[in-house]
Amino acid sequence: MEFFNIFIKAAFIENMVLAYFLGMCSYLAVSKSVTTAFGLGLAVIFVLGITLPINWVISEMILSENGWLGMDLTFLRFILFIAVIASMVQLVEMIVEKVSPALYNSLGIFLPLITVNCAILGGSLFMVAREYNFGESVAYGLGSGFGWFLAILAIAAIREKIRYSNVPPALRGLGMAFILTGLMGIAFMSLMGIDPAALAAGN
Amino acid sequence: MADTAIQEPKVAAPKEPLFGKKERKLITDPLNDNNPITVQVLGICSALAVTSLVYPSVVISVAVVFVCAFSSLFTSLMRNAIPKQVRMIVQLVIIATLVTVVELTLRRFNYPIYKELSVYIGLIITNCIVMGRLEAFSMANKPWRSFLDGIGNGLGYGAILIIVAFIRELFGKGTLFAGSPIQINIIGASNPTTNYLINTAAESGIGTWFSWYANNNLMVLPAAAMFIIGILIWIHRSWNPKLVDIS
Repeated sequence: MEFFNIFIKAAFIENMVLAYFLGMCSYLAVSKSVTTAFGLGLAVIFVLGITLPINWVISEMILSENGWLGMDLTFLRFILFIAVIASMVQLVEMIVEKVSPALYNSLGIFLPLITVNCAILGGSLFMVAREYNFGESVAYGLGSGFGWFLAILAIAAIREKIRYSNVPPALRGLGMAFILTGLMGIAFMSLMGIDPAALAAGN
Repeated sequence: MADTAIQEPKVAAPKEPLFGKKERKLITDPLNDNNPITVQVLGICSALAVTSLVYPSVVISVAVVFVCAFSSLFTSLMRNAIPKQVRMIVQLVIIATLVTVVELTLRRFNYPIYKELSVYIGLIITNCIVMGRLEAFSMANKPWRSFLDGIGNGLGYGAILIIVAFIRELFGKGTLFAGSPIQINIIGASNPTTNYLINTAAESGIGTWFSWYANNNLMVLPAAAMFIIGILIWIHRSWNPKLVDIS
């Protein structure tokens, strides 16, 4: 059940976008329509769910002093993590191009840019900083990916509606997106009261 | 290919002034008309989470200026030798190396702040502004100009970061530069032992004028940074109407 706790915590309480500002670039740029946001969100869940376990293995088995090589190579962490992420994103790009050319075209430049989506690298670095084990890192990856997906879907839906509102010209678009994100962040804070342990126990 | 990349700057350097009008524009443009955060919307990720205090924001800003400037310089030096298909990986390796340098330096010389920033140092790698400038500028320009462009964008980014941190720390905690050697306690009555200007002049002084102020906890929340940036964009665009986004 601790995996479930970590999933809920990563998705709602410590949401990547709303609590840590990670992945804001693509979050702001791709949230103009719900369908594109949906596709990008799924891609992020997938990439996070795959790269976290792989990076866990790399960091524990190869870079750590107690790993197979028996040397402390943690200074290589950034370079190896980003290489794993870049290759996984390349893989996702090829899959999306094959399965859904329409989505591929609408995501455009933002698909390769998942590589520099801070949420992905941030997930790996948080995983190391919090010393998760293998199972926990899978749960954390899926949970934080799901949280990112929810956030981008919500802001895209709001932005589609707000186009019909009378916003001051200078605040239109980007400025409004920031203020909306702030309000969503406050809304998500009310989820802090959720106690994942109690949920798991069925209370 | 590799030879031309190395020789080119030597040939071109004497023809252009070191600090001409164009070069100065490279630094000043990102501070206003082409600001990385409020106009290009790049690099909002990662580092904004540290803006609840001024001191870590200054450290992150310096790190971003360093990484941005030198990654631009190195990419520009190698631009003719990098094959187009693998340019992203090459750029990421350059950035990751520089960030590792920053991380190790910080760990050696200022461990408390290294601990506080934790993952956010590593996240400079995925700061879109660094990568964005490499793609948009350094791959097509000479080393010296790329270097200046890197400095300019790093400063434009740092400026916004520090403005946001200043507002958040002042109204959220009543202090400035908390955690650094020059901590100043300005406003707020929540902590009576520290609400005076610097540590001197405890009895009289400006500190007592504002002791009625209760710290605003909203400013400490991440949401406050969003509101502040939203309002900064609003002010910036009202003042500079050609930036208004029609859609």
